[in-house]
Amino acid sequence: MQQLVSFIEKHKFVLLFILLEVLAFLFTIQSKSYHKSQFINSANSITGGLFKNYNSFFTFTSLKSENDRLHLENTLLRNVLDVKSDEVLSLQRDSTSQKYTYIAAKIIRNSYAHRNNVLTIDKGSKDGLTIDMGVVNSESIIGIVNNVSENYATALSILNEKCNINARLKNSSYFGSLGWDGKNHKIAQLYDIQRQAPLKIGDTIVSGSRSMLFPDGIEIGTVSSFEADSKKYKKIQIRLATDMSNVGHVYVVKNRDKNEIKQLENDND
Amino acid sequence: MTRINSLLAFRFVLLVLLQVLVMNNIHFLGYLNPNLYLLFVFLYPLKEKNTTFLWVCFLLGLSIDFFSNSGGINAAATVCIAYVRLKVLKVILNRKDLDLKLFQLRSESLMSILLFVGTLTFLHHFIVFSLEYYSWKNADTILHKTWTTSIFTLFLCVLSIYLFGKKKTFNF
Repeated sequence: MQQLVSFIEKHKFVLLFILLEVLAFLFTIQSKSYHKSQFINSANSITGGLFKNYNSFFTFTSLKSENDRLHLENTLLRNVLDVKSDEVLSLQRDSTSQKYTYIAAKIIRNSYAHRNNVLTIDKGSKDGLTIDMGVVNSESIIGIVNNVSENYATALSILNEKCNINARLKNSSYFGSLGWDGKNHKIAQLYDIQRQAPLKIGDTIVSGSRSMLFPDGIEIGTVSSFEADSKKYKKIQIRLATDMSNVGHVYVVKNRDKNEIKQLENDND
Repeated sequence: MTRINSLLAFRFVLLVLLQVLVMNNIHFLGYLNPNLYLLFVFLYPLKEKNTTFLWVCFLLGLSIDFFSNSGGINAAATVCIAYVRLKVLKVILNRKDLDLKLFQLRSESLMSILLFVGTLTFLHHFIVFSLEYYSWKNADTILHKTWTTSIFTLFLCVLSIYLFGKKKTFNF
C-alpha cells in the first residue's frame, strides 16, 4: 500500500496526464456517436445564452439578405393561397390532414468549416423541440436536431458525416442518401442512386418521402457533376440550394405522426 | 487569490471568449480559424511537473469544446501540449541554467520563440484535425489544414506575445 502511494506520488504528473487524455478521448468518442445524449454540447444555458446575446448584437449585418428571403417566401405563400391577408385566418381547412407543424427558430451559432458541423438554435424543450426533428429554412434543408436543453438546442448541420438524409430526384422517385465529404461547404454528395435512374447535370434533388423528419419534396440542391459507369453512378456532386455559411431564421419541423410510425416499426422488430 | 492567480483567471476567460466569439468566426479563405487561446499555454508560468497546469489546460480545452460542440478534441490536444511544453522549451533553448521562476518568453530570441510556439502549435493542430477527421482516408486534408491553420495561429500568437508581453500585466 505504501509502495502504491509512493508510486502515485512519484509519477502523479504522468498519471494525471494519462487520466486527462483518456477523459478527453472518451468525450470525443461519445460525440462521434449519433444516438447518445452528449455531455459536451453548446445547448446549455451558459454557452447558449452567450451565443444568443452575441448573435443579437450582430444580427443587423445579415438583416438585408434575411429580409429578401422572407419577402420571397411571403410572395410564394401568397401566390399559393391567393386570398387577401385578412381572409387567411378564416379559411376553412381540415386540421387533421396537416401532418407537419413548424416552430420558428433562429440559428445563434453557425459552423461550416469543420468536418462535423453543429448548429446552435435559440429554442429548446420549452418550445416543444425534441431530438430527431428536421430543421429547414425557406429555401432548403438545414439539419437535424440532436440535443435539446430547456431553452436551447443543437442540430447536426447537413455538413456533418452523421447527418444522412433520404433524398430523391425531383422528377422521378429514385432515391439515395445525402452525405458530405468534408471538403467544400457549398457542395454535398448523393450516394446510392440506382443506375437506371435518369440523371443529368442541373437536376433538382429534394428530400425523400422515406424520411420521417422532413416533408416530402423540400429542395436540397442541384446536381453539379457526376460520373457513371455501366454499373453505378459515382461522385454525384450536389450544389446546395442554401449557402450554409449564411443561415439565420429557420423552422423546426414537427412530424405529428412520428411517434405512431416509430411505434409501428418497433412492434415489428 | 493572489495577484498572479487572478491575472491568470482573467487571461483564461478573456482568451476563451476571444476564441469562441471572434477567432472561430474568422473563416479566412473560407475555412481558416486560428486558435489564439493557445497563448494561455505558452505564457503560463513555468514549473517542473506542475499538475495544476495540466488541470487548467484540460479545463481550457474543454471550455472551447463546449462552445464548438467538438466532444473532447481541444481538451486532448491542449493537455498534450501542456505535458510536453517544458521538455520542448528545454530542447529548444538548450541551456543548463534555465531559471524557471525568472523565465520570460519575450526576452528570448525571435527564433527560439518561433520554434517553441511553432512546435507546440503544430502538434496541437495535428491532434485536433486528426481527431476531427478520424480516418486515414483524409490524411491529405488533415495535413493541409494542420499546416495552414498552424501558420495562422503561429503568426497571431507571436504577434500577441510581442504586443502584450511588454505590459507589466503580462509579465511574470
